[in-house]
Amino acid sequence: MGILRSLLSLRLASLLVLLMAIAAPAFSQTEEDPGQALLANLADASPRQMDAAIEAIVNSGDPRARSWLDAFGNNRLSRNKDTGQVVVVLRNVGRDWTIADPLTGENLGEISRRELDRVNINNAIRGKLEGVLAMLDLYSTNPEIQRAAAEAMMGKVNEPVIEPLNKLLEQDLPPRVRDRLELAVAIYQLEQGDAQAKAEAITVLTGSLHSRARAALNNAVAGDDPAIAASAKAALVSIEQKLKMNRAAETLYFGLSLGSVLVLAAIGLAITFGVMGVINMAHGELIMLGAYTTWGMQQLLPGQPGLALILSIPAGFMVAALAGIAIERSVIQYLKGRPLETLLATFGISLILQQLVRTVISPLNRSVTTPEWMSGSLVINDALSLTLNRLYVIGFALVVFAGLMLIMRKTRLGLEVRAVTQNRAMARSMGIKATRVDIMTFALGSGVAGLAGVALSQITNVGPNLGQNYIIDSFMVVVFGGVGNLWGTLVAGLTLGTINQILEPWAGAVLAKIMVLVMIILFIQKRPKGLFPQKGRAAEG
Amino acid sequence: MTSSQNWLFRPFQERSTQIFLGVLITALIVVTFLHLFMPQDSALHVSAYTVTLLGKYLCYALLAVAVDLVWGYLGILSLGHGAFFALGGYAMGMYLMRQIGDRGTYGDPILPDFMVFLNWQELPWYWLGFDMAWFAFIMVLLAPGLLALVFGFLAFRSRVTGVYLSIITQALTFALMLAFFRNEMGFGGNNGLTDFRDILGFNLRSDATRLGLFIATGIALALGYIICRAIVTSKLGRVSVACRDAEARTRFLGYRVERVQLFVFVISAMLAGVAGALYVPQVGIINPSEFSPLFSIEIVVWVALGGRATLYGAVIGAILVNYAKTVFTGVMPDAWLFALGALFVLVTVFLPKGIAGLLQKRKKAENDDDPATAQEATA
Repeated sequence: MGILRSLLSLRLASLLVLLMAIAAPAFSQTEEDPGQALLANLADASPRQMDAAIEAIVNSGDPRARSWLDAFGNNRLSRNKDTGQVVVVLRNVGRDWTIADPLTGENLGEISRRELDRVNINNAIRGKLEGVLAMLDLYSTNPEIQRAAAEAMMGKVNEPVIEPLNKLLEQDLPPRVRDRLELAVAIYQLEQGDAQAKAEAITVLTGSLHSRARAALNNAVAGDDPAIAASAKAALVSIEQKLKMNRAAETLYFGLSLGSVLVLAAIGLAITFGVMGVINMAHGELIMLGAYTTWGMQQLLPGQPGLALILSIPAGFMVAALAGIAIERSVIQYLKGRPLETLLATFGISLILQQLVRTVISPLNRSVTTPEWMSGSLVINDALSLTLNRLYVIGFALVVFAGLMLIMRKTRLGLEVRAVTQNRAMARSMGIKATRVDIMTFALGSGVAGLAGVALSQITNVGPNLGQNYIIDSFMVVVFGGVGNLWGTLVAGLTLGTINQILEPWAGAVLAKIMVLVMIILFIQKRPKGLFPQKGRAAEG
Repeated sequence: MTSSQNWLFRPFQERSTQIFLGVLITALIVVTFLHLFMPQDSALHVSAYTVTLLGKYLCYALLAVAVDLVWGYLGILSLGHGAFFALGGYAMGMYLMRQIGDRGTYGDPILPDFMVFLNWQELPWYWLGFDMAWFAFIMVLLAPGLLALVFGFLAFRSRVTGVYLSIITQALTFALMLAFFRNEMGFGGNNGLTDFRDILGFNLRSDATRLGLFIATGIALALGYIICRAIVTSKLGRVSVACRDAEARTRFLGYRVERVQLFVFVISAMLAGVAGALYVPQVGIINPSEFSPLFSIEIVVWVALGGRATLYGAVIGAILVNYAKTVFTGVMPDAWLFALGALFVLVTVFLPKGIAGLLQKRKKAENDDDPATAQEATA
């Protein structure tokens, strides 16, 4: 009987809360706080009257009801023996306990525990109280609490709450909360309901990716009703299919994310190697410098990782670009037209830069903080969530790529670079300062490497070996895409990243990488000029 | 058959080869004498440690000669010769592993320790036969040779040259390094193969065996050098130089460029394999780090320092750089990479023809002056 009564009362409560939500501001501070009477009523109640007292509090629709009942359930509701006031115990350690006024939340200081008389609760009541509290949360006007409560309902629905839940579902709810509650009810129905309810429940559960929904369906398949089992099976199959799609989407996302890292690392190389024809084996170390710039910036601006990260974008570009200019002026300009020698000399520079970082900073990895707005993930559905930092890196790669494209296509510098690449002598006779163009191009390519380093610092360890890990991959991407072709680099990077991620689940990370490398080696045999070979006059330069 | 005799004996008529062999054989005899007959406390005594160290240098020298053959005379900058070296080394290592027998920590008569550790029940098929020395020694040539054959066939047929070839050779050795790091490959993973006991029945830890290995390495270097000289002085060698300098023109003249390239590339890979095979028993370990791209590119710098397309320059370069490395890593380990990096830059910018280039310049200047005297001083 008690259960029925509480069900009825909850129904009432739902209506009342709805009303109160509309008229919420109406009862902030009246002369006589109704809460006082409600609490006194609860404290005075005999175990049999408890139900009614709780109902009264719930039905009051008081926004503080949640906290009162919480305190009550946690044995924190007490009565001051002297004044008869009902208080909340904040700290119940030692002889003197800290108490607060449940009505205002005001701290009333310490009081000897002997002065307090606990409002008792028994297990039967506590069990009911939990259901009541969960329902109260579902009615909460705070969308966060409401959502969390709906989430918690999954698979926890039992008989006493099913009726009020159905009632609640008749109301206007945020779509996510509604979705969750419908699932929760359907899971319950599938387990406990009659044949009709089970069939309906399966319809609702079809297409849900939640693991509990799948578990319930699996149980139904094993159940004794063949019709239900068959339709549950069908639902499971469709869910499996949807899961597969989601996994594919996830793989694609990881692939794009890895691919955009590759693009970032390789795009600078596509400029220096592809456009200028300079093999810069120190490219990886320029990336490393960019990453260390981010670290240094965060050391300069402690406590503001976000600002430091944003500032390191231009700073990383500048540091790497200056280093690039230094390399170009000191070594590469003397090795023009001797690509293999350039390769060796720049490799030597990469060794020196690595060792420099090891000696000056540390041979150990440095930790770079990820700012808050970049951590966490974007939840698409139960089976798919995208980590934000990788999303940012993908976006950043695309922006950098677009920027480079613009520079190469639309600016004077880009025009001059292309002219010098195609025919140096002719370009010079047209008044283009070829040496200056060389420097600028190399600085641009190096600067982009620095940008790659800034991005990489967010998703990988910043250490002296950072560049080494990317140099071979970067060359592979440029060669695979076709030297001298920025679009080729973009396509190649994203393709290789995706292929790598597709192979990884069944081959393992190392084997996948080996397979990709072997694949590229074989591909180069077939098409030595890459995916998009350069055609026309520039091709034979 | 006079032409074939000419082909084989031409190297011995060259002054540079005579001097090189003379110096090498003298060095072998002197070291052997000093090691065996000088009393321990004499300043002139060469310890077993030094003998092994010198043996190691000679292995590197042979490796450098192999690289010089393809880079100097064929124009192919291989950044993956470490892979052939390591494959030869692994073939030898597998033989030495099988020779341990039941003396390993786990005492398994067939399985090497690391396989017992990984709970493997039987020997993988590719380990079969390595208990026989002749089989292992053939594999020392065959494993790198086959890899070079397949890789070279694919690459040269589609006319991959220059920087592209360099980069994919680097990718090749990188991929192999990743593969050999895997325990599942059955080559000891990270730790590689080590803890060897004896070779052909001789205890590897005895001084006599070490001296024997040193002398064997010296002879291998001499033979390798003669083979390379024979190739580069033959008609084939001239064609390969033509490929280096004007590939398209050579092709238009009717030569099958890719066949020349393939032949020389495979020979070079086999020489590198032999160097690796002699290296392993002397240092006592082979692990995947020999596949690292850094090592392969380091070999190239030995050759660059010594002087491209001279062969003896490669030997000088290999010995000099590795001696410097021994000294540096002993005295100030942090400085070694600075020195090596600077060496890369300085040699390519200021010394494009290497030490051999300097020697030849002097020779030209003082017409009659013998390059070998200077060579002796540096070696």
